[in-house]
Amino acid sequence: MDWVIEARDLVKTYKMGEVLVEALRGVSFNIRRGEVVSIMGPSGSGKSTMMNTLGCLDRPTAGEYILDGESVASLNDDQLASVRNRKIGFVFQSFNLLSRQTAITNVELPLRYSGMNDGRRARAMEALQAVGLGDRMTHRPYELSGGQQQRVAVARAIVNNPAIIMADEPTGNLDSKVGKEIMNLLLNLNKELGTTLIIVTHDPTIAEQTQRVIRLRDGLLESSGEQLEGMKQ
Amino acid sequence: MTFGQALLEALESLSGNKLRSGLTVLGIVIGVAAVIAMLAVGNGAQASITGSISSIGTNLLFVFRGSADGPQGPGGGNRSGNNDRPLTLADAEAIDDPFAAPSVESVAPVIQGNGVLAFGGENSTTTISGVTPDYSMVRNLEMSEGEFINQEHILGRMSVVVLGPEAADTIFGRHDGVVGETIRIEGQPFRVIGVLVARGGGAFGSEDGEAYIPFTTAQARLIKRGSPDQIDILFVQATSAESVPQASDEIANILRQRHRTPIGDDDFTVFTQQDFLQTFEAITGVLTIFLGGIAGISLLVGGIGIMNIMLVSVTERTREIGLRKALGARKKDILLQFLTESSLLSLIGGIIGILFGWLIAFVVGKVATATGNNFVPIVGTDAIVLSTSFSAIIGLFFGIYPASRAASLEPVEALRYE
Repeated sequence: MDWVIEARDLVKTYKMGEVLVEALRGVSFNIRRGEVVSIMGPSGSGKSTMMNTLGCLDRPTAGEYILDGESVASLNDDQLASVRNRKIGFVFQSFNLLSRQTAITNVELPLRYSGMNDGRRARAMEALQAVGLGDRMTHRPYELSGGQQQRVAVARAIVNNPAIIMADEPTGNLDSKVGKEIMNLLLNLNKELGTTLIIVTHDPTIAEQTQRVIRLRDGLLESSGEQLEGMKQ
Repeated sequence: MTFGQALLEALESLSGNKLRSGLTVLGIVIGVAAVIAMLAVGNGAQASITGSISSIGTNLLFVFRGSADGPQGPGGGNRSGNNDRPLTLADAEAIDDPFAAPSVESVAPVIQGNGVLAFGGENSTTTISGVTPDYSMVRNLEMSEGEFINQEHILGRMSVVVLGPEAADTIFGRHDGVVGETIRIEGQPFRVIGVLVARGGGAFGSEDGEAYIPFTTAQARLIKRGSPDQIDILFVQATSAESVPQASDEIANILRQRHRTPIGDDDFTVFTQQDFLQTFEAITGVLTIFLGGIAGISLLVGGIGIMNIMLVSVTERTREIGLRKALGARKKDILLQFLTESSLLSLIGGIIGILFGWLIAFVVGKVATATGNNFVPIVGTDAIVLSTSFSAIIGLFFGIYPASRAASLEPVEALRYE
């Protein structure tokens, strides 16, 4: 199998004041390359922690995590930054664009940190065209609608040709019509580019559009959704 | 991320909050301007003083009554000490002896007092010096017209006067074509026999406004002293600049013998031009350091302002930092970004401050010239290099803490920050 994500017994504990919180208590699952997966669970289920861990924003306390063939559980901060830069594209609920920069400069940002100097602008243009914003390149975020801002964020996520796109409630700040457009955009990009898409959400209608749902409850895997996969395909 | 990009981003970020950046820069501007202006004024004062001391002549010595180490302090010659013997004409003659003092070229005893010059309706109070013919040579005086006091005038106790150019201007309204006129000094008629060339400031202030009369005339008629041949100050010319220290020793030996004072308990002071230079250089040096130090404190305060604003900025942009980290920024990328911003702030402040300080120094110079002081502030490259590097270092130093705080933010925490 060509796994893009292999998670083995992931444990994450952290201290909140004096209390030791066990956010993840041993979770294992695999995600195939090119798959569209949603991660669901009630608040406090470890959903956010899972997304931070899978997104290499944080290290698991114990367990093994192999991302795109690279073991990342014990990398240091700068190595993790490099992994994020090369292998992961983030899409956030609140877009998180730099408000003073133009759309194209925002999209270029990951390329800057990867040390790419030549052809940066061209790559960023391609990405913006891919999300249908070829004519909005020099607009700043406040000159764009919410949907357009999220499209810029998606362009930023794909500009580095990542192995996976991590989308955290990508439609949470958008109305349902625009939300649907963004979902379609993400699904289309998955089809065209073959990029693995992981969506963290609590919205069942979003989860329905994914090939498989990973459900978490109390820091444990409730279901990895493998059986759903068979039904859908 | 290259340095050029960091610079560009820093510029964009700073221009995004112009008022705040401007006010922060202002702190550095004031600090650097103060340092530049103060050092310029200090250096200018030093140059002006040393310049005018040098213009007196390099092989000149001054002998005063009273000890430099005593309670009267230096220059106490015109005040009468308790047990100090006054200098006399006999002392001057003894020093003029080429066998006792081979390093002495010539000696000019002077007796000084204040008097009123009057011509027509004009009058003014000035210093009247009773001098001998040698005075002209010892002090390097040049005549713009007429002649200086000669031996005949001395022997005849004649009522003649040589005027400084300013003194002539004051009472005649001009300083040429006045030879032959008769003026009154303290009510007594004196014939003008010469006018000096203007020399500007000197060690004792400008001497252009003084009037010179024969020593014997002054002694007999204008300036009364306790003993008849008492003198106030003795100007001595050494044979050369190199023989000044030797001449100083010779004079001291002669006076010690004549006044019967033990070594270390002198009742006179021999002051060389070198002593003047050293004294004034020490004074202006301390002044410059003092002024520069005070200005430096304001630079420090400006630096603290930068740190303050950078800390606020880091807090405000926590989410941005989190995002940048999520997109692959390493610690050093964030560090570079914020250090560039703080350095840029202080660098811009430094450049504006240099221009501003230069302007202040220029205005001070103009004001000084307008009020008749021969004083030009000097903006030295040392001051510019010093304050620029100091402000850049301050930008870096006070930027390090905020920047490292930004760089060490956890991406998860930073992204969650509201």
